[in-house]
Amino acid sequence: MSLQTTLPGLSLKNPIMPASGCFGFGREYSELFDLNQLGAIIIKAATKEGRYGNQTPRVAETSSGMLNAIGLQNPGVDKIIDNELPFLANYDVPIIANVAGSSVEEYVEVTKAFARTSTVKAIELNISCPNVKEGGIQFGMDPELANEVTRRVKEVSHVPVYVKLSPNVSNIGAMAKAVEAAGADGLTMINTLTGMQINLSAKRPLLANKTGGLSGPAIKPIAVRMIYEVRQQVSIPIIGMGGIMTAEDVLEFLLAGANAVAIGTANFNNPMICPEIIKALPSVLNKYGFESVEDAIGKGHENEHTDLSRT
Amino acid sequence: MINKQMMTIVKKEQIAKDTIEMQICGTSIVSSAEPGQFVHINVGDGNSNLLRRPISIADVNKGEQMITIIFKVIGSGTDQLSRCIVGEELDVLVPCGKGYPIKSLSITKALLIGGGIGVPPLYYLAKQLQEKGVEVTSILGFQTKENVFYQSEFEQFGPCHIVTDDGSYGFKGYVTDLLDKESVEFDYFFSCGPTGMLKAVSKRLENHKGYVSIEQRMGCGIGACYACVVPTCDESNGFKKICKDGPVFRVNEVVL
Repeated sequence: MSLQTTLPGLSLKNPIMPASGCFGFGREYSELFDLNQLGAIIIKAATKEGRYGNQTPRVAETSSGMLNAIGLQNPGVDKIIDNELPFLANYDVPIIANVAGSSVEEYVEVTKAFARTSTVKAIELNISCPNVKEGGIQFGMDPELANEVTRRVKEVSHVPVYVKLSPNVSNIGAMAKAVEAAGADGLTMINTLTGMQINLSAKRPLLANKTGGLSGPAIKPIAVRMIYEVRQQVSIPIIGMGGIMTAEDVLEFLLAGANAVAIGTANFNNPMICPEIIKALPSVLNKYGFESVEDAIGKGHENEHTDLSRT
Repeated sequence: MINKQMMTIVKKEQIAKDTIEMQICGTSIVSSAEPGQFVHINVGDGNSNLLRRPISIADVNKGEQMITIIFKVIGSGTDQLSRCIVGEELDVLVPCGKGYPIKSLSITKALLIGGGIGVPPLYYLAKQLQEKGVEVTSILGFQTKENVFYQSEFEQFGPCHIVTDDGSYGFKGYVTDLLDKESVEFDYFFSCGPTGMLKAVSKRLENHKGYVSIEQRMGCGIGACYACVVPTCDESNGFKKICKDGPVFRVNEVVL
């Protein structure tokens, strides 16, 4: 059973990678399992200067999910390159760097900085973080701004650029087409959905930031729907994410049109989830009649008219 | 080094109002657990209670690879945990965080100050301090009489003062009120409890050396997600991760 799949800039031994922000820079998880097992790693968002992030509480549990409002806390791109990437370079795993910013210039600067290192094999352009006032979400909700920031980053990037789309839009297809037209090499989707929980005792929003990004199994149907829709409107590859907990979920994303997937919230529930899903994936693919990962990609679109009473 | 393992519940007992003592048995890694560290327990089914619950380690039996945890049923996670029965297995990350660094401390007299569900980690600490030959005095604060637990357990180690907010048992008032009344000699204090209590204790004992253990809503519990950070008190504008750099910090190391 071949789990291999190839994406622009990325030759993946399997389609499973931890999602940005859920895996830090890999050190903590490296104490629990061999990171070489992973298809790739998307590291935590980098901004030009270090950011402290939001006040606490920063997380809240919800039905089948969680809200987070970390606020892009990170030490800044230079320290990430100097202090974190050398550790990850020890592994035979492609690294995807998540780039965030408050302005087009900041996205460009951070992308340029990553061009200094050969460890980063692709950029994930984060125009969809919902948790900071000036964190790029404005670029993720307006097709013209998304097009512009993608174009400018593409001009300076030495590696393929994947744009991370926000689900907090009314027309996800228009966003996807706008960044494809700007030269994006791929998409990652979906980022979290903006949500809120109110603390009954304190009689105020539970998160210090008031709103947070909803993730986990609760958002999986939305992610699957959006990937399915976008797959029909653009031709660039998609790394799918949003509530994946099992190898069956991975297959669902592949069928919807994802070329690979990222695992986010599930890492918190089970830090071994990525290797466990990688191990389980061949038998799940086999069970549903697929001979490889690539065999399953987009197949959910070919049987739209199958009579469900016969399946 | 943190290890993920299945641990079997071997004993479960309610020891005070809404307060459960549970003994869980695992494999070899348990022996490295230190006072002040915690276990991160998966109490959900993959959909509900998705985030693990950090519970402090109240005692360790190295011979039998057994850990005692004491928790208060407060929300859906602890409620679910309280429904688990003897013989059931729990999915546990152990041991998490950094504990009280007593091995490196030169200490002859210790003062332990616990509040409510902050009392449990001080039990294993007291036990380890006694093994080092340290004199231990404890002040344990609870809301009311029916919340009190582990009085006799702490009395094994030395003087133990019980304080209740409403005076229904022991001394009436807060732990800091008792500090005003009783003169206790010590060279280090160790405290765990609600943030308000830790603030009051840190202020009251500002000229003393000590350690506090703090809590916060956690995500991963291993230092990767940056959910449970706390600002440091120094000028560096830095932060610490409670789950990985703590939950125990030097007094005035982080902003309470």
